[in-house]
Amino acid sequence: MKLTVWTYEGPPHVGAMRVATAMKGLHYVLHAPQGDTYADLLFTMIERRNHRPPVTYTTFQARDLGSDTAQLFKTACLEAYDRFQPQALIVGSSCTAELIQDDPGGMSETLGLPIPVVPLELPSYQRKENFGADETFFQLVRALARPMDRTARPTANLIGPTALGFRHRDDITEVTALLEEMGISVNVCAPYGATPGDLTDLGAAHFNVLMYPETGESACRWMERELGQPFTKTVPIGVGATRDFVEEVAKLAGVEPKIDSERLRLPWYSASVDSTYLTGKRVFIFGDGTHVAAAARIARDEMGFEVAGLGCYNREMARPIRALARDYGVEPLITDDYLEVEAAIETVAPELILGTQMERHIGKRLGIPCAVISAPVHVQDFPARYSPQMGIEGANVIFDTWVHPLVMGLEEHLLTMFREDFEFHDEAGPSHHGGKAKPRIEAEEPQMPGSVEVVWLPAAEKELKKIPFFVRGKAKRNTETFAAERGTREISVETLYEAKAHYAR
Amino acid sequence: MTDRFAPPPATGCRNTPVLKERGQHEVFCGLTGIVWLHRKMQDAFFLVVGSRTCAHLLQSAAGVMIFAEPRFATAILEETDLAGLADAQEELDRVVHELLARRPDIRQLFLVGSCPSEVIKLDLAKAAERLSAAHAPRVRVLNYSGSGIETTFTQGEDACLAAMVPVLPKTEARELLLVGALPDVVEEQALSLLDAIGVGPVRVLPAQTKDSEYGIGPNTVFALTQPFLGDTHAELTRRGARHIPAPMPFGEEGTTRFLEAIAAEFGIGPEVVARVTEGPRARAREAVRKVAEPLWGKRVFFFPDSQLEIPLARFLARECGMEPVEVGTPFLHREIMGPELDLLPEGPRLSEGQDVDKQLARVREDRPDLTVCGLGLANPLEAEGLATKWAIELVFTPVHFYEQAADLASLFARPLRRSRALAFEEADT
Repeated sequence: MKLTVWTYEGPPHVGAMRVATAMKGLHYVLHAPQGDTYADLLFTMIERRNHRPPVTYTTFQARDLGSDTAQLFKTACLEAYDRFQPQALIVGSSCTAELIQDDPGGMSETLGLPIPVVPLELPSYQRKENFGADETFFQLVRALARPMDRTARPTANLIGPTALGFRHRDDITEVTALLEEMGISVNVCAPYGATPGDLTDLGAAHFNVLMYPETGESACRWMERELGQPFTKTVPIGVGATRDFVEEVAKLAGVEPKIDSERLRLPWYSASVDSTYLTGKRVFIFGDGTHVAAAARIARDEMGFEVAGLGCYNREMARPIRALARDYGVEPLITDDYLEVEAAIETVAPELILGTQMERHIGKRLGIPCAVISAPVHVQDFPARYSPQMGIEGANVIFDTWVHPLVMGLEEHLLTMFREDFEFHDEAGPSHHGGKAKPRIEAEEPQMPGSVEVVWLPAAEKELKKIPFFVRGKAKRNTETFAAERGTREISVETLYEAKAHYAR
Repeated sequence: MTDRFAPPPATGCRNTPVLKERGQHEVFCGLTGIVWLHRKMQDAFFLVVGSRTCAHLLQSAAGVMIFAEPRFATAILEETDLAGLADAQEELDRVVHELLARRPDIRQLFLVGSCPSEVIKLDLAKAAERLSAAHAPRVRVLNYSGSGIETTFTQGEDACLAAMVPVLPKTEARELLLVGALPDVVEEQALSLLDAIGVGPVRVLPAQTKDSEYGIGPNTVFALTQPFLGDTHAELTRRGARHIPAPMPFGEEGTTRFLEAIAAEFGIGPEVVARVTEGPRARAREAVRKVAEPLWGKRVFFFPDSQLEIPLARFLARECGMEPVEVGTPFLHREIMGPELDLLPEGPRLSEGQDVDKQLARVREDRPDLTVCGLGLANPLEAEGLATKWAIELVFTPVHFYEQAADLASLFARPLRRSRALAFEEADT
């Protein structure tokens, strides 16, 4: 058993729902008890979809258990087919139905429905949402896609976008535009917007664009093997990655690499003197593997930040994220326990967090600015406006999103310069954030727990307060560690600066 | 004086045949009750023994509350727990010990059963007994089931309260027990009204902390402030306590009749209730009149959700001039709902249980002015041009008693006011 409050990912059948809801003409019959329909509201409320997810739940109850839950399942399948007339059906169990060991696959076979019925095996007690989406889409592609003649002109499939995906809607538009620029059209985009009929045409494309490895990699590998379609390995998030992606696509399609960077503003904005204050700002990056990897590259190479820590919650991406962390010279954090993430962030004491909605709340608790780069996200990150992460416009969106929560350069300068001033004291906070202005509090700072054995002399404490507030916590801890290591019991101004010199790089 | 209410309809709905349906239910399971119960019981922790689905449900239902160090969590069953059951009991002990070490402020721990734990027949009652003994007297460990195979949404509260009744001490005292978790502000209003009428002493279930508990006995009488408390009703009756049948305290009429029934039990006449409640009644009437204007003459359709549907339909019909078309409830407890059904004017279809696709066909056929339903249905129905009121808010918002009567009406009026306020050239979906 594992004690859990927050979960980064839902159970695998929610992943299957993400595929089913993204598609059209597909229906999912889910063997599940009353209550599992809660997942519908993720789609109708967070993503604000205007239709119910195409899922029929068997809603078995305690009194059904002894008798015939199997019959219930069969009836649900037949009624769903009659009512919705789908082109294909997927069937499977939720965590509870997995325990009662009815066999949805076997049962649906005996029904003799005139459409493809794809059974799903989703181990609820081992795997999670992303696996569920990846596996479901893979099974659908395996069941429906066939080898066929390639289109005359170069075409590509877009693979991986699903319902409830972070900015999937707009990324599709952006990537489609990137491809069109090079004269490549999109054959099928799937699962987002595709029908089962469309999946049978996947084989006509010359290659696949793997947009999100978490939800599309298994299908791409299968298509590479069975249909001879290579797939792209670069995810075009950020300027550098977009350029690499264009090169990679050009090679796969046998065309000239071409990119219309007229609308690209990130490089100039980042180079302009206004951004100088961003240099070396320490960021902590957490989320799904794909978005973290992309964010790390942008943070270091395109924004001039220092990556102070990175990690992901999906074990499927543990290996590439570990390798990446080595490159960046930081400890990788592979965990789905938010308490570990919180502890890591506290230790690293970054000036900016890039993460999920969980990290946003951690940031709020610790008083560290945060921008959201990955699912899980709440309703505000399914915006009405166009806001991709991929491609040219994605880079522009990312620049704005990441810079926004930071204290602006001039403001930071003023806060440091007039630290003793009654209006610009540290607790006043940045002017563009909510919250009422707080008057300066003259009271002594309480001693931090655990620092009792080392005493700060008044002069040193005063000096400490002159350090900008966003690094003060770290300075304080460093100095205390430095003092403790040397057996110093009292911290003077001298000790403070010795520690500063010691930790300087 | 227009002080009294319209007389009860000649034939209410008590004998109306009820449409009973089975099929897909679009409802929450009983685990959701934890979201409001943990706010009410301040020294309690709710530990769900279940799967990742349960944890994900609580996270989705609790919304941002999940980030406020809530006093609930899920012990997620893993592959190894399913292999051998002896293991699971040991694992549970370990998790509980860890939890109580981390949260020494916890005095009551609820082990909450889920579908997976019920299906593998994990004996949480035995675990609760064992853990109670291990952590007595500081912490009391109880168990109940909030599983979807047994409970629907608010029935989770019922199961929780019913589990607490047997452990309350015995007493001979003549006391009134108000049963049902109410927001603090509403509870205080109720207590002060009863006090002014001269009823006392009054106890509440659930009490705010374990230390503020009391006894139950043959002289205890109890009134339900929520309609979904059938099992708790049975447990209290088993302890010798007696139920005071009354309408639920929704709206001016519901509240007054509720208070009158209790007063009568204590030998106090309706004229005393009338005198004490004159001010709040006038306020409630005036406030409801102001906000309920968009509701007059409008047709309302209830999908089943919380068992609050019948009392709410009664309030909307009698105090806001609405016409209920269908009143769906997940479960209909005849004895508790009797006084409500007497007041609900004949006309609406009553339905118990659900086959959601059939019900959707009916709502499309009826095209009501307002549809009360869950969040999984609300936006899809809005997109079809039906105004909706999402039902969960009715459980989380203070809506009982006089001062909240207008808030209650305005929850229903708001979607109609909004659809009037929005003017687009063409509907974009």
